[in-house]
Amino acid sequence: MNQRIRFTLNGQTAEVDTDPARSLLWVLRTDLGLTGTKFGCGEGHCGACTVLVNGQATESCSLPVGRAAGAEVTTIEGLAQGAQLHPVQLAFMEHDALQCGFCTPGMILRATALLRRDPDPTPEAIVAGLEGHLCRCGTHVRVIAAVRTAARALQGGAQ
Amino acid sequence: MSTMDRREFVAALGGGLTVLLSVDVRALLAEPDQGRGYPADLNAYLRIGEDGRVTLFTGKIEMGQGVNTSLAQMLADELDVPLASIDPVMGDTDVCPSDMGTFGSMTIRFFGPPLRRAGAEARNALVELAAEKLGLPAERLDTRNGYVFDRQNAAVRTSYGELVKGQKLVRRVVTAVSPEAVAEHDVCNRPAPRIDARLKVTGAARYAGDIRRPGMQYAAVLRPPAHGATMRSVDTSAAESVAGARVLRDGDLVAVLHALPDAAAQALARVKAEWDIPAAAVTDRTIFEHLQQELPRAQSLAERGSVDAAAPGALKVAEARYLNHYVAHAPIETHTALAQVEPEKVTVWVSTQTPFSARDEIARALVVAPEKVRVVTPFVGGGFGGKTYNLQAVQAARLAKLAGVPVQVCWPRRDEFFHDRFRPAAVVRVRSGLDASGRLALWDFETLYAGTNGAEPIYEVPNVRVMARGGWQGNSPRQPLAVGPWRAPAANTNVFAVESQIDRMATAAGADPVSFRLAHLADERARRVLRMAAERFGGSFAPAPSGRGIGVAVCNEVGAFDAAIAQVQVDRATGRVQVQRIVCVQDMGEIINPHGAELQVEGCLTMGLGYALAEQVRFEGGRVVDENFDTYQLPRFSWVPQLEVVLVDNPGLAPQGGGESAIPLVGAVVANAIHDACGARLTELPMTPARVREAIERGG
Repeated sequence: MNQRIRFTLNGQTAEVDTDPARSLLWVLRTDLGLTGTKFGCGEGHCGACTVLVNGQATESCSLPVGRAAGAEVTTIEGLAQGAQLHPVQLAFMEHDALQCGFCTPGMILRATALLRRDPDPTPEAIVAGLEGHLCRCGTHVRVIAAVRTAARALQGGAQ
Repeated sequence: MSTMDRREFVAALGGGLTVLLSVDVRALLAEPDQGRGYPADLNAYLRIGEDGRVTLFTGKIEMGQGVNTSLAQMLADELDVPLASIDPVMGDTDVCPSDMGTFGSMTIRFFGPPLRRAGAEARNALVELAAEKLGLPAERLDTRNGYVFDRQNAAVRTSYGELVKGQKLVRRVVTAVSPEAVAEHDVCNRPAPRIDARLKVTGAARYAGDIRRPGMQYAAVLRPPAHGATMRSVDTSAAESVAGARVLRDGDLVAVLHALPDAAAQALARVKAEWDIPAAAVTDRTIFEHLQQELPRAQSLAERGSVDAAAPGALKVAEARYLNHYVAHAPIETHTALAQVEPEKVTVWVSTQTPFSARDEIARALVVAPEKVRVVTPFVGGGFGGKTYNLQAVQAARLAKLAGVPVQVCWPRRDEFFHDRFRPAAVVRVRSGLDASGRLALWDFETLYAGTNGAEPIYEVPNVRVMARGGWQGNSPRQPLAVGPWRAPAANTNVFAVESQIDRMATAAGADPVSFRLAHLADERARRVLRMAAERFGGSFAPAPSGRGIGVAVCNEVGAFDAAIAQVQVDRATGRVQVQRIVCVQDMGEIINPHGAELQVEGCLTMGLGYALAEQVRFEGGRVVDENFDTYQLPRFSWVPQLEVVLVDNPGLAPQGGGESAIPLVGAVVANAIHDACGARLTELPMTPARVREAIERGG
């Protein structure tokens, strides 16, 4: 049974008329045309579909869109402020912390949520925070370095 | 060879302007492209637009290895244009030079030289055009940043864009030109940030699953529960009753189409199919005995002296059997394709490493000429050899033709595991021994089903026999599951066996693993990477097992030499291994992009931890048990050790492969480090906690 579901998507109101049991992932990618959120495993094991829901990193493949009603959803397309990239995005670029790039949006959003909660994470906290994200290309060490750089930049000590 | 003639080429490019240049073809053919048949016409490789932007055409694809950046660096140097002015167009079969595919670390090695040559020829021709335009002798002109200028007065200049504007020129360059020497480069051999980084951190990068066409539908394809299963009956009525769903059937192909991909998948779940499934004869627990029951014909790879004559007199003769299980490619992007079938043209956007083979496969399936099929390759979300076959593209094309609308196929994860052509389960038998002075006296090596790379020892041994039986190419009736190339095919298995056995011999000789190897290595590049790795690792090396958990391995793959030294910690109670540090030194000749090359080595070392420690495809007959990442473990953040990569400065050697050469080291370097830590010798990959514990209990 379709329902009208409204939420805030990257700062704008979004409205879909759909089955609330459908996953947020496919609603984002298909109904709303935002393809930066990736399908990797469909069961919450890889992290590629991670988005922010009310600031929490959430695997969108496992979240029924009905439960996003009224929430603030941020996808990778909504992280930059206009042309100004978010410090986490800049740090990923600076460290070449990506290869094929397919897991990158999910990792960037996870790291963003992590740094909001813990602005000065230890390397162990970064590893623990990203543990649920898979990268088959093996870019892990660069991602950890990028998150540390982003933490410094967000604290105002850019360098 | 490109089948397009020049007129078609211009037409395919549409509005932009092309300087049509013809070169002395004989000079180009004299340039070895190693028989890969790349076109002699430089227009096949590049186009200079009116705005001065340069389009680079390559049949190679970008799946993370960063060749979009390093190829652009190579062209930027030859053309004398800024790196940022180059736009690569990759893997589009209508406009790119034909290519066998992106695998084997061959992009820079084999496509790089003709690309450089094309760039140098184009620069020369632009100078000739400028000489006419400026009324100056060509010898007085030079190029920089997309301009031709007068050496005596740099203010007198003309841009490449101006030179080609409004003209369609065919010029004959009679003198063959040579690409720049390494010392003249300003773009190559310096770290360049990835040119796709911004697209990939903003979600703007498009992969096959991100392409949209008007009226498109998403397909969910029925697959058998097991390989070898045949369909007895199928009832699609429940699926057909789903609003908006449409069931298509074409022989063995049954699929549900829907405007929403998740709705298509749900409707497919309502298809009731009954299958005849052959009894499970082989499983991952019996695979090695099964493989050894009937041996394929042996191929001799090396034979020196006589191992049989040397064996009776040899000392400390050790025989071992090294095993590895099936390993999955498991790219995070599953096989995906979107096909649009029009009366005169079939266009398919494919996640593939082999766009030209995909084109031909689609043409065969639809019974149309290959020229009528255009395969476009957007960014590929990882390949590792697994995207060299294109079943999903054929499925999408067949369904699009039946449906009359564009159709996307994006495999769910369980289909990605099911259809994968795994790294083969393989067995290596080695017998080796020493002479009275502690040097290697014999080396008898037989590799079964792995393939040949990495099987020949890089060490000096007087009596050698190396045989290979079967391999990853083509399916053997003996292999119960389909096999194919997996990053550094064959080498991962063979180097694991070679370097483990060398380590055993070092222990038998009472020597430390570094000096024993050096004593048997003649190749200067091999010696250098090992010496540098030992120096960087620091400290001294002791005969294993020293209790410190330090392992060594060396290999020669895709033209590169690599040495790694690792340190591990072994939890004797649980058998859990934590790799703490890996130092890896790589000599890959000239390094186009040191940033990218380092990242490839780090990627190899990290990915390699998976097959070394955890990755094993479980199966029961034709049924693949592992269907997702809950049971099939990829390396995670917590596994990753401190990685130190050192690239050897060797610009005098043409660029060698860099995308795979370090990964074969990982199994052996970890196995050797485990042995050094606790005396247990692991001979079966992956080295799971259970196997490590068992080896410790066995007492090494």
